Amino acid sequence: MNAEDTAWLQSSTIQVIKPIRPRKLAKVPFVELADGRLQGVVSSGSDISRVYVSSITAGDHTYSCSTNNNRPCGALSWGLCKHIQALMSEAVVQYGTERVARYLRIEGDVEGLSVPELIRRLNAQHQSLPSSTVFSRFLHHLSYLEVPATTTPLPEMHWFPSTLAVR
Amino acid sequence: MLGNQLTKLLQDTPPGIEQTLALVTDFDDILIHGFARLTEEHTATLNALAAAVAATPLGERVGEVVAKLSTGSPDSEQLALLAGTRAALLGAVHDALLSHLDTILNRSRAAHDESAASPSPDPEAENLLTGCRSWLHELAITGWRGVDHELVASASQLIGPLLANPKLRRMAVLIDGFAAELSACCPIRTADHIPVRRWADLWTRAMLLSYTGGWSADDSAGLDTVSGRLLILGADVHEHGTAMQVQVHGVLEPTDDSTPRLVRTSVAVAKVDTIIGPAMWDLLQAYPVLMTALAERRSIHITDLPALPSGDLVWNEERAKVGDPADPFTTARIQLASALAPAVPALDRHPVQIAEPVLMEGYKVKRGEDLSVIVDGVSLPIAVDRLPSCGPLTPQLVDASSACIGLLRWDSGQWALQPLAVQSNKSKKTQVAVHNGDWAKGPTDPKVAKAQTRNGDAIAVLRERAGRLLRR
Ligand SMILES: [Zn+2]
Repeated sequence: MNAEDTAWLQSSTIQVIKPIRPRKLAKVPFVELADGRLQGVVSSGSDISRVYVSSITAGDHTYSCSTNNNRPCGALSWGLCKHIQALMSEAVVQYGTERVARYLRIEGDVEGLSVPELIRRLNAQHQSLPSSTVFSRFLHHLSYLEVPATTTPLPEMHWFPSTLAVR
Repeated sequence: MLGNQLTKLLQDTPPGIEQTLALVTDFDDILIHGFARLTEEHTATLNALAAAVAATPLGERVGEVVAKLSTGSPDSEQLALLAGTRAALLGAVHDALLSHLDTILNRSRAAHDESAASPSPDPEAENLLTGCRSWLHELAITGWRGVDHELVASASQLIGPLLANPKLRRMAVLIDGFAAELSACCPIRTADHIPVRRWADLWTRAMLLSYTGGWSADDSAGLDTVSGRLLILGADVHEHGTAMQVQVHGVLEPTDDSTPRLVRTSVAVAKVDTIIGPAMWDLLQAYPVLMTALAERRSIHITDLPALPSGDLVWNEERAKVGDPADPFTTARIQLASALAPAVPALDRHPVQIAEPVLMEGYKVKRGEDLSVIVDGVSLPIAVDRLPSCGPLTPQLVDASSACIGLLRWDSGQWALQPLAVQSNKSKKTQVAVHNGDWAKGPTDPKVAKAQTRNGDAIAVLRERAGRLLRR
């Protein structure tokens, strides 16, 4: 058994979730690879209280974009809107091209591909999805910022050591 | 820590550890497959488990549970008893390792007193803990290989209410971190690797926490308090996607002139995964005294700070004042050998909780696939992956160092040194020291500060979004 296999079996602190890279959050405050989709929230450029919920489904690469009030994105009739493009480029910053491509099951070698090139690899078709699931996940995400700090010692956190980041 | 001490630590392994861990490994294998369909091998494992604790207070009840398991799958209470048994085995491993280390370091340790911090009853908390238990029950019955998105997602409705109750913060950060990992590995049926020991640990821990109830810093009223000068040794940082804790290790010189004590004090915050690296310190700016003391390497004068029997001081900014500069390396050289170490509470008897501050000097660093320190020809691995994402320590700095304040850790069957601070002799005249907590008030490295500015203020962006979208 090699050292890595041993660690998966016997380490209490092995890092299971791969680290992500820091990025600018202003335009795309929320990106995730979850529920079998690359999904996230893109702030509207014109109305500060409106956001677009955008997603690309793994495998069939169908895409969806609508406002948080479920109005379809007007730009979609001309193909992938700028929201989905922004979602893709921020996902690439956060997770790296390889991880995004693997999750979406984009075929072929993706190493070194630019975001537009990656998007061209999608065999994309529009399929509207309700925005509510992703939007409520975003709200849950934001709610962490409202949880007060604590001075209660949390011994459980010894199972979660901070690890050297990708700076 | 000297070469001969290190030799003893690494060579005279306490007896029984390997056998005990083998039993734990067998038990953990059951959790991969689930308790719904026990194989003959699993039944044999459970019998061996019961035999191992037969002479302890758990013995009789565990024997009864195991005897019943051949006829049907266990209920929550029976599973909790098995979790308790697993924890007792790892508790024994912890005790053997720590007492071995204490003997070698000649470190005195306070006797344990469980009476001090008993949780107050809270019916709402009890309901939530029951909810956690039934999720944990479902996980164990299903087994890791069978866990799917739906089962993981069913924990998400627990997280909000758990986080809203200060008494249940420990359970909240544990379940949240655990569920995020399960989710990231879905579909687990086909996953290349399963973190077998780790998930069994997290499951066991949560099961036990669901019975011990909750405690929060707000319940500090009945605790003993301490006053004196706190000399910081260093900062240990813990984080997962939605939580970060800074645990400061130090030596307390009590005002009553009693023996200096090894203590810790912690502050923790909720966060999201995109708040990472040095930006995390921004979440802790409500603690200016502690952050200033860390960043400026100063002592802290504390007055009547509540102290848990575990050696954890319950931090309170109003009872603390920033003191004079105090070099942690001086503190380590002068105080570390004679300071009184705290007792370990029953629940924290697990090898992962071993974090003993030590000073290493006059070593060489060996570069291989990983780094190791070599003292008098004896080699101790450096836990390079435990250099925190928010601090200035890098493998290069550790490599170039000649002195280190670190925590001795034990994981994957071996000891390792987790650096909290390193000192190197860059030139003959200047000694350069770098500490984990140096950036507590923002990065002092212009390149890192610039990179952070380029990305903008993540916390401000998300707070603005929260303010606009959450309460509509
Ligand atoms: Zn759009």
